[in-house]
Amino acid sequence: MNSDKVEKHILSLMVENQPGVLARIAGLFSGRGFNIESLCVAETIDPDVSRITLVTVGDLAVTEQIKKQLNKLVNVIKVFDFTDTPHVHREMALLKIHARPETRAEILRMVDIFRSRVVDVGADYYTVEVTGDEDKITAFLNLLKPMGIKEIARTGAIALAREKTKGGQNGKN
Amino acid sequence: MTKMTGVQILFQALQEEGVTTIFGYPGGAVLDIYNELPKTDIKHILVRHEQGAVHAADAYARASGGVGVCLVTSGPGATNTVTGIASAYMDSVPVVVLTGQVPRHLIGNDAFQEVDIVGITRPCTKHNYLVTDIKDIARIIKEAFHIARSGRPGPVLIDLPKDLMTMTAEYKPLKAVSLRSYRPTYNPNLKQLDKVIKLIKSARKPMILAGGGVLLSKGSDALTAFAKKTNMPVAATLMGLGVFPTKSRLWLGMIGMHGTYRANMSSGECDLLIAIGVRFDDRVTGKIDVFAKKATIVHVDIDPTSIQKNVPVAIPVVGDCRITLELLNELLDKEDPATIHRQRRAWLDQIEEWKNTKPLAYEQKDEIKPQYVIEKLYELTKGDAIITTEVGQNQMWTAQYYNFDRPNCFITSGGLGVMGFGLPAAIGAQLARPDKLVVDIAGDGSIQMNIQEMATAVQYGLPIKVAILNNQYLGMVRQWQEMFYDKRYSHTDMQFAPDFVKLAEAYGAVGLRAVKPEEVEPVLKEGLFNKKTVIMDFQVEREEKVYPMVPAGAPITDMLLV
Ligand SMILES: Cc1ncc(C[n+]2csc(CCOP(=O)(O)OP(=O)(O)O)c2C)c(N)n1
Ligand SMILES: [Mg+2]
Repeated sequence: MNSDKVEKHILSLMVENQPGVLARIAGLFSGRGFNIESLCVAETIDPDVSRITLVTVGDLAVTEQIKKQLNKLVNVIKVFDFTDTPHVHREMALLKIHARPETRAEILRMVDIFRSRVVDVGADYYTVEVTGDEDKITAFLNLLKPMGIKEIARTGAIALAREKTKGGQNGKN
Repeated sequence: MTKMTGVQILFQALQEEGVTTIFGYPGGAVLDIYNELPKTDIKHILVRHEQGAVHAADAYARASGGVGVCLVTSGPGATNTVTGIASAYMDSVPVVVLTGQVPRHLIGNDAFQEVDIVGITRPCTKHNYLVTDIKDIARIIKEAFHIARSGRPGPVLIDLPKDLMTMTAEYKPLKAVSLRSYRPTYNPNLKQLDKVIKLIKSARKPMILAGGGVLLSKGSDALTAFAKKTNMPVAATLMGLGVFPTKSRLWLGMIGMHGTYRANMSSGECDLLIAIGVRFDDRVTGKIDVFAKKATIVHVDIDPTSIQKNVPVAIPVVGDCRITLELLNELLDKEDPATIHRQRRAWLDQIEEWKNTKPLAYEQKDEIKPQYVIEKLYELTKGDAIITTEVGQNQMWTAQYYNFDRPNCFITSGGLGVMGFGLPAAIGAQLARPDKLVVDIAGDGSIQMNIQEMATAVQYGLPIKVAILNNQYLGMVRQWQEMFYDKRYSHTDMQFAPDFVKLAEAYGAVGLRAVKPEEVEPVLKEGLFNKKTVIMDFQVEREEKVYPMVPAGAPITDMLLV
């Protein structure tokens, strides 16, 4: 309440893997005027539980309220906010890039520098897969834009907390 | 183990939850359920509209302290329940709504009378279920009742596809509910309570604001003890009326848009506000950024989302209101009373002065004043009646002038403000408490919204009383038009209305009318002590307004007094 600073929050929700759970969560955001920047859902190793990684923005009061409202949903088992805890997060993007004879080498060089991969090749395009945090992907996109991006598909963030064991904190992001 | 049909499992599970009364209305998708119903011990009340079923179940829950249950068919039966569900949701009332659904293989096909009621009611239920497997029926019923009545109570809807009802399966009674994702916090953090005690000791102008949560947790005795131990004055929200003895000198009255002068002024002047079981609705706080500006706010509630939602709180306490108050009382018993009562004299004197200089007031002249009817009703019933209301001026005058001095006697649609609530609610309350006198204080507009339930009341011999404060206006809306819209009474004139006395008679009830002030008491006496369903039509002064009033959006200390 004392901070009006608008911040991005990565929330990780453990939810019952049941129909309608996603609708409850989406409905909560739309009904109360909260923002969803991105959302990823998949089963965990326990097939009864799914993990939803959700990126939202808001000031402290709003994000606190979002977390409490999510916790209140009967099908939500746990809500983690990774904002102030050490964590790793990744996004992935697939880019279909115009590949002309004169740009092919340049594209491949970028792919190499960004540790990304060409996953499909056509007569006049490359499809490239890149993972990283949001900044890295945005940087990669900006560099490739001049070559001509035909299509793009981008996941939202997924994230896991780091363990508080020795060495865990030092791992590279 | 013997095999049972889906319907048999349903009723078995309901009876294990202690269900004795269901409010409902049949239709195609629930034919199998209705076919089985007469073979059970459950009493079914046939309402005349599904909205009435939910309001009746709502009031049944509030008057009995249990869970209200309704049963309706798919499609239009289900959509007709939505207003009632939304009202129960906002007022935190435990209701279980059973809706029929088309057979599973037709779901999603736009079948006849198919509607996605689970989707429609997702934002206005505490939780809801579409049952897809006969094996889940027993578990879901058990979970639904548990969710409805525990934590912050609320409505739960269960959608039952027709084909499941005639299938068979083995029935295993479940002992306990286990929901890893739902565990309400009942016991407050003791460290927070120590902080509260410290604040009480240093406060000079403290006050308590009690809401519906105190009643829901059955905490009014604990609240009364707490107020006495700390010598703190108590205001209540609309939903909290009845939590505190109104004769006490610590009683401030209702707070908010039509609150008492002293309750609203106290909130503006207090240095410590202990809010218990409230959610700081805008009708309570007025202009939010100046609400209780001088106070440190403590907020006790079982629902963490209520805390810090509208008002910044210094000491949040998540927990059951009654348990929290009892723990606070224990802590207070260890303190020297002198240190707790310190320096309250000036504050209580100030409140007394507010009370004496600006009391609730009206003048009974040539025409019947609606407030007079309510005061007379209070006198004649000695406060020992269950009062339901409709919505509008009638509701506010009831809140102001019927001295609710005991819990669970005031049943109103507070959060949603549903016109048409009071009559079906009176039916529900009367079924829960056959021993009690039940009166619906109605407006002439609202009563027409669920008037069909008169037939229900008469059919089941329910001696409920409807007292219409008949101003031939949608009075509350007219009041706003008079005060804020240049008296342009756009579509609020209700002079075209049925003759309510004849209408009562047409339903087989008793109809009475009072036109002059001296007729009020005789009509009330005749109506209240009649053993039948009664409508009393009080022709009141048409343009009487509810005062005090805080204009929408103004600080609640800026009150218009006349
Ligand atoms: C279902 C519904 N529709 C509309 C409203 C808006 N509304 C609030 S009070 C009111 C007037 C109620 O008139 P009446 O029942 O005669 O009560 P009075 O204010 O005259 O006592 C209206 C239309 C409402 N609360 N509920
Ligand atoms: Mg009226």
